[in-house]
Amino acid sequence: MDLQLAPEEVAFRDEVRTFIRDNLPPNTRDRMRLGYKPSKPEIIAWQRILNAKGWATFNWPREYGGPGWSAIQRMIFLEENLSAPAPELLSFNITMLGPVLIQFGTEEQKRRFLPRAANLDDWWCQGFSEPGAGSDLASLRTAAKRDGDHYVVNGQKIWTSTAHHADWCFCLVRTNPQAPKRQEGISFLLIDMKTPGVEVRPIISIDGSHHLNEVFFTDVRVPAENLVGEENKGWSVAKYLLGNERTGIARLGISKAAIRRTKEVAREVRMNGRPLIEDKAFRIRVAQLEVEAKALEIMQLRVVSAFEKSGGKKPDPLSSVLKIKGTELLQNSSELVMDVGGPQAMPVWQQELAALTNEPALAPDWAAQMAPAYLMLRAASIYGGTNEIQKNILNKAVLEL
Amino acid sequence: MDFDLTEDQRLLTESVVRLLGDTYSFEQRKQMLSLPNGYSERLWRQYAELGLLGLPFAEDFGGFGGGPVDVMLLMQAFGRHLVLEPYLATVVLSGTALRLAGSDAQQAEIIPAIVSGKTTLAFAHYERQARYDMTDVLTAAKHQDDWLLDGAKSVVLHGDTADQLLVSARTSGERDDPQGLSLFMVDASSPGITRHGYALRDGSRAAEISFSSVHLPTEALLGEQDNALPVIERVVQAGIAATAAEVVGGMETLQAMTLDYLRTRQQFGRPIGENQALQHRAAEMLVNLEQGRSMAMLATMMLGEPDPAERARNISLAKVGVGQAGRFVSQNAIQLHGGIGMTDEYAAGHFFRRIMVFEHLFGDIAYHLDKLADDID
Ligand SMILES: Cc1cc2nc3c(=O)[nH]c(=O)nc-3n(C[C@H](O)[C@H](O)[C@H](O)COP(=O)(O)OP(=O)(O)OC[C@H]3O[C@@H](n4cnc5c(N)ncnc54)[C@H](O)[C@@H]3O)c2cc1C
Repeated sequence: MDLQLAPEEVAFRDEVRTFIRDNLPPNTRDRMRLGYKPSKPEIIAWQRILNAKGWATFNWPREYGGPGWSAIQRMIFLEENLSAPAPELLSFNITMLGPVLIQFGTEEQKRRFLPRAANLDDWWCQGFSEPGAGSDLASLRTAAKRDGDHYVVNGQKIWTSTAHHADWCFCLVRTNPQAPKRQEGISFLLIDMKTPGVEVRPIISIDGSHHLNEVFFTDVRVPAENLVGEENKGWSVAKYLLGNERTGIARLGISKAAIRRTKEVAREVRMNGRPLIEDKAFRIRVAQLEVEAKALEIMQLRVVSAFEKSGGKKPDPLSSVLKIKGTELLQNSSELVMDVGGPQAMPVWQQELAALTNEPALAPDWAAQMAPAYLMLRAASIYGGTNEIQKNILNKAVLEL
Repeated sequence: MDFDLTEDQRLLTESVVRLLGDTYSFEQRKQMLSLPNGYSERLWRQYAELGLLGLPFAEDFGGFGGGPVDVMLLMQAFGRHLVLEPYLATVVLSGTALRLAGSDAQQAEIIPAIVSGKTTLAFAHYERQARYDMTDVLTAAKHQDDWLLDGAKSVVLHGDTADQLLVSARTSGERDDPQGLSLFMVDASSPGITRHGYALRDGSRAAEISFSSVHLPTEALLGEQDNALPVIERVVQAGIAATAAEVVGGMETLQAMTLDYLRTRQQFGRPIGENQALQHRAAEMLVNLEQGRSMAMLATMMLGEPDPAERARNISLAKVGVGQAGRFVSQNAIQLHGGIGMTDEYAAGHFFRRIMVFEHLFGDIAYHLDKLADDID
């Protein structure tokens, strides 16, 4: 047992850190440090820089352009990227669609979609959830009927993140409503968002941003060649996809960046006449977060190396621990960031960055994004399988109560 | 000890519940948010007609001579509907300052105008650098022939539309000095005042206000020169009690919405509320709501406590208790709604944000725990 990174892993971390430092556009870095979400062009630009380096496909096998990293290296890479902070790779392309096509796709599908997904020439979105099918995903109803060499799709998806940016959507659809088990009538279909009959409607979330959408399908004709895997076997594709979110599921780097930020801002604001950073109770709250971050880091290393040792096959139920603790830490750290900001974090500041305008600063630059980040992260315990569902998984897989 | 309402209080509550039931659905509120003032002037006049704007003021000045419990009941009803009108700013905060510090002449001039709905006020005390520190005031007033006011106030509730501002300023002493603060009544349209209005995260309005060589007449001084801190403290305490009651009202609505959702939302072929894990969570929400309600009552009762230390201590206890309860109830309300709880189209998120905003006014949980910790003997 050794909790230290090996010397070559440390060297790898330094290489990644240096590359990000030297190549991340400074404007993106500065905005993200202040809590702003990266824009679509910023996300695309950064993924292309990483792709040129051969790192965007960090989790793909070598023969499909992956860098051939160990699970530990992948984790290090993701953490460094998150805590820089740099835009995340588009997970729909890289951790969801890519591995699915590599595992289940036809040669033609791989040739056609993988390079474009890696370079973010196509922006993908995930059409799984429906109004009636959230935690109970297998109850989905969007129907795809075979008609010659096409499927005709009718139905509705919801909570489709970034569908308004997307060129393509990978969808779960029901191809056999009569199947004895609900899971057996589902297929995995790739849908071009420009096809007639696809309509995207925005959902504004509680942070005021447009991230979520409803997607309606009305007689949408999808070429049958866009079926991934066998017809009615889409559930196993979906399960494979959801299992692949394991590395980096805790998004620890974001929490680490938040903890860093609380300390920075706490030097600027006051509590009882002194800098907040000198307040013992505040320091105890930071210390508590650091305890949780460290526990999570070790936990993550354990899960990742067990995954590696099993040859990347056995899904580890302890990844549910990562999801639960990771999202709790995301929520608690963003909460502390906001608390440090205090009243200044409450207005909807219209001015983006005073540093970038000639007008007098209405508010400190750090204030604008504290509440939105906190608000949006309330969703972290909802998406990717709610934390209640994660506990059900732990019960089934480990506790067997 | 008596937790029952008087006949008058029951009538008051009923009339307010009826009015808000008719006028304050989530959809109606959404339209009010887009009005220029960010609230309904028509409803403000109706509050005046119902006597709500005169509730805590003395009958001599056209008020109704009500007490803190009346205000609590009203704020709780407001909280159930996320009311947007500047009641807290005008009647609770500024009204408390006027009642405690205003001369008879000042009260006779302004209070009838408040009661009739003609004039709105804002309490402009906290500054950007101060965060929650009550004595961190840099805005200064110098006395020459008249008063000359310079400085800036931050996150002034309803400061964008108020007709009159109650402004705290240093008339002597240094930053953080408890002595040397004074309060002034300032016409918001005076030359030298710049106001920048915006919405807070819950949709209610506030402003950054700066004062640049603003001339004030001698009689603008409200209360004792250099000794306004005790008044400011009581204004803040009244604000804590009122917002605590609003948070209780908000928690009541969130709890009801969540229970309703647990009963109706189906997953895995049955209502999600049949999962014992969620039943326990709802029970914990109820525990928190009731603890919070007790603490909101404590804050209200303590407004009349004559011993300043005892009053401050209990109100800090209440602010912490209500803050923690509000956090628990609002966070879990969203969680139990799943994706729908995250949308702006759904009311839960709006309650969530109001509770969040109130938690960060007048000192947050950490601030009041800090004060309480300093006091442990
Ligand atoms: C910000 C955000 C982004 C998202 N992005 C996408 C996306 O890109 N693509 C996509 O397909 N989906 C996406 N989703 C949807 C997400 O996967 C679902 O919200 C999630 O699966 C929960 O489903 P639901 O919202 O219908 O809640 P429900 O399943 O209705 O759950 C409501 C509540 O009941 C609880 N619950 C349900 N069943 C049980 C049970 N058996 N035991 C105990 N508790 C239970 C849940 O934990 C939750 O608290 C996103 C969601 C959010 C909030």
